Amino acid sequence: MSAEFWNMSGYAWFVWGSFGAALAVHLWNWLSARAQRRSALEESIEE
Amino acid sequence: MNWTWFHRLGSPPTFYRFAERLAPWLGGVSVVLLAYAWYAGLVLVPADYQQKDAFRIIYVHVPAAALSLALYAAMAVAGAVALIWRMKLAECAVIAIAPVGASFTALALITGMLWGKPMWGAYWVWDARLTAELVLLFLYLGVIGLAQAFDDARAAARACALLALVGVVNVPIVHYSVEWWNSLHQGSTILKFGRPSMSLEMAVPLYAALLGTALFCAQMVLRRMQNEVLRRERNTAWVRKMGSELLERGDVS
Repeated sequence: MSAEFWNMSGYAWFVWGSFGAALAVHLWNWLSARAQRRSALEESIEE
Repeated sequence: MNWTWFHRLGSPPTFYRFAERLAPWLGGVSVVLLAYAWYAGLVLVPADYQQKDAFRIIYVHVPAAALSLALYAAMAVAGAVALIWRMKLAECAVIAIAPVGASFTALALITGMLWGKPMWGAYWVWDARLTAELVLLFLYLGVIGLAQAFDDARAAARACALLALVGVVNVPIVHYSVEWWNSLHQGSTILKFGRPSMSLEMAVPLYAALLGTALFCAQMVLRRMQNEVLRRERNTAWVRKMGSELLERGDVS
């Protein structure tokens, strides 16, 4: 990828920041649902 | 028409198994759609002649904003069902939708701010659309807070359902704010069927991003509903048996 692509015509912080935030929100949703499932299953066998 | 299958879904074990089969498909299709949409939005689609490359933010902002409203409407419908028919799975849906909706509302606000700074010259203005979307985030956070404020899961869900129903008045306010008041925020671009304001080359990846985000949210809501069912049914034989089997296989995460 060229420097021009990463630079996003001078809007790099705004464009990459937006896509980075979107990736973070998708990952948080996925990981937190998995963690919640693990703790619910562990609780079920502890009781 | 035979509705037996639908009524059987009201049973927690049946719903759990149904969601277990459906969720991976929703996840798989959403990953394919989002990978295409983001790649096309960042690489294939040409820059806008006025907004240059900053316009690419639309591929994450519009789906997040659309889902923030759609999820709230779904939460309110689930809330109404929970209050009127006392259906346990509807209560689980209210609890499950709130964190997913809150995260996508926050994403819509963050990406909106990152678009606003280069276009309007400010990260934040107290504009009708932005303020109503912020109120939407507070409503979601209120539902999440209420869910954790009660020891009794059913009482918590009914309180959350009531707040979800009261707050639904904000959904049309967010949607029509750009028409009802003078707003810096532009009007609808993509959800304006018959009068497209974008070229097809730019619009197709946006439709893919909308569908991909919707399917991802559906998968996350199903997963969180399953978790809520597990939490409520943790003392039942079917959950204990499944938990032991999955933990033995190391297949719980």
